[in-house]
Amino acid sequence: MIRKFIILLLIVFPFKAFALIEVDITRGNLNPLPIAVSPLAIDEKSKKNFENILQIEDIGYEISNIVENNLKTSGLFNPLNKDAFLQAPDIANLKPRFEDWNLIKAQALITGKVNLVDEKLRVEFRLWDVLAAKEMMALAFTTVPNNWRRVGHIISDKVYERLTGEKGYFDTRIIYVAEEGPKTQRIKKLAIMDQDGFNNKFLTLGNELVLTPRFNPTSQMVTYLSYFKNMPRVYLLDIETGTQEVVGDFPGMTFAPRFSPDGKKIIMSFAKDGKSDIFTMDLENRIVERITNHPSIDTSPSYSPDGKYITFNSDRSGYQQIYIMNSDGTDIKRISFGNGLYGTPVWSPRGDLIAFTKLHKGKFYIGVMRTDGSGERLLTENYYQEAPSWSPNGRVLIFYRETKTNAKGEGFSAKLWSIDLTGYNERKIKTPTDASDPSWSSLLSN
Amino acid sequence: MRLNKIFKNTLLILTACLVLSACATKQQEVSTEIKGQMQGDVYTGTDTVKYLADGVPDRVFFATNESILTTASRETLRAQAAWLRQNSSINVVLEGHADERGTREYNLALGERRANAAKDYLMTYGISSDRITVLSYGKERPVDSGSNPLAWSKNRRSVTVKAN
Repeated sequence: MIRKFIILLLIVFPFKAFALIEVDITRGNLNPLPIAVSPLAIDEKSKKNFENILQIEDIGYEISNIVENNLKTSGLFNPLNKDAFLQAPDIANLKPRFEDWNLIKAQALITGKVNLVDEKLRVEFRLWDVLAAKEMMALAFTTVPNNWRRVGHIISDKVYERLTGEKGYFDTRIIYVAEEGPKTQRIKKLAIMDQDGFNNKFLTLGNELVLTPRFNPTSQMVTYLSYFKNMPRVYLLDIETGTQEVVGDFPGMTFAPRFSPDGKKIIMSFAKDGKSDIFTMDLENRIVERITNHPSIDTSPSYSPDGKYITFNSDRSGYQQIYIMNSDGTDIKRISFGNGLYGTPVWSPRGDLIAFTKLHKGKFYIGVMRTDGSGERLLTENYYQEAPSWSPNGRVLIFYRETKTNAKGEGFSAKLWSIDLTGYNERKIKTPTDASDPSWSSLLSN
Repeated sequence: MRLNKIFKNTLLILTACLVLSACATKQQEVSTEIKGQMQGDVYTGTDTVKYLADGVPDRVFFATNESILTTASRETLRAQAAWLRQNSSINVVLEGHADERGTREYNLALGERRANAAKDYLMTYGISSDRITVLSYGKERPVDSGSNPLAWSKNRRSVTVKAN
């Protein structure tokens, strides 16, 4: 239902012939692009109607704020203060006076308008290159009014894609574990929110311990670990219908689930008699396949985006290290050889990197390495942090971080953080409660 | 080999205590406490231990990343086995735990491995596997919320809990 977005018309194709502005995303946020996001123009009647339907005073202003916030948190853009804008939104959208925008040092400008047509929210927006005095992009679409925040995210994605040459990651959601209560008796619930922290919703009540939710890359399904009836098992949850089911019929603990890239299989660990091995279950025919068979602990499996390989961590060498193998379990190769322990490998959606958690000399690091183990790069160091999850465009990692308690064992907290692949732009993500185990969804619209 | 390691660790701790005792009083208190409650990095204290019956402690402790039973742990488990043989109607759950210094999923597996180490030992002393359920909590249920070696040592444990 919420996916019903109709892109109505592409008003103008971007001109390729001009030397237009571009944002280089490979070098970190050294020079964020100054961009002006004009509030979307809105007529008085639509404004009143939206106010009635959504209880939002000025939806045009609010949508522009979503865009502004997204672009800012990417670290690649520097949205300018709206107080300095000289042109009114409605006039700017028709034909911006580029000298005025030049004056406040904007290099790019976003304008647009929003109105209510047949109970539907209709928005159009334009991206302008201020220096070249050219329109770079214009799009219009309609949706149900309740989707108004997603409108802001989709505009952000289109602008990001046009200016960086890569897909955005704003029209996405994060599933995570919401935590409350004392450290020795944590209450944990599944929770879901928009990538920017809005529309937070709890999916379980907290009656049983839940851990490690992960999105299906192709649908609104989630797999996670639940201690329902004190039996730790991998479950499957349909977010839209709320139905859930246990995955497979294993005589013991199943854990560390993830979907295959086509969404048709779940890969997970099964622990029995002190050893943990990796298994898959086909969601269509329910066939269970053993992938590894070793007396050690093999866990945290993650597929390569083409589904041909699996990375996982194992202590078969004596300590927790990262391995890769073919998806049928053959040709197992260790790839981490640095000092310390390595865990939670996650294959990048681009296929070229593996993100991981490293423990060395009492510190925890989030890092990346190439799939042959070379080029290890540590992005962030802390007392405790783990479980990186990639943004769908492979540019940002989200993970969680726990604080050290004081001498009395007080002061514990767990929060979600994100960091750019470049190692810049580390940010705490606001959540209503403590939070852990984040998993990033695919783009909801394409 | 193993004994050698424990011996070396003990020596290290003793040396550390000697060094520390020359420092401020506060540090001295801490070092005495740790000396009395840890051997190597295995917890040997009693303040978190409960008793299934008189002289039958409910839990055993492990070194970092290890699931090997210490001499003291084996003694505890023999007492549990004797008690279980006398109370043949009682079934137990072995709850395996890890400290907070490891990744969540690996720790779930490690907790399972530790509880199984205890289970295997109970079985060699005549307790049927039908009477034992293994349940790993990984690092999800620490007994001590501290962020220090002593707290972690109390949390690396397998606890035998009556199931009925």
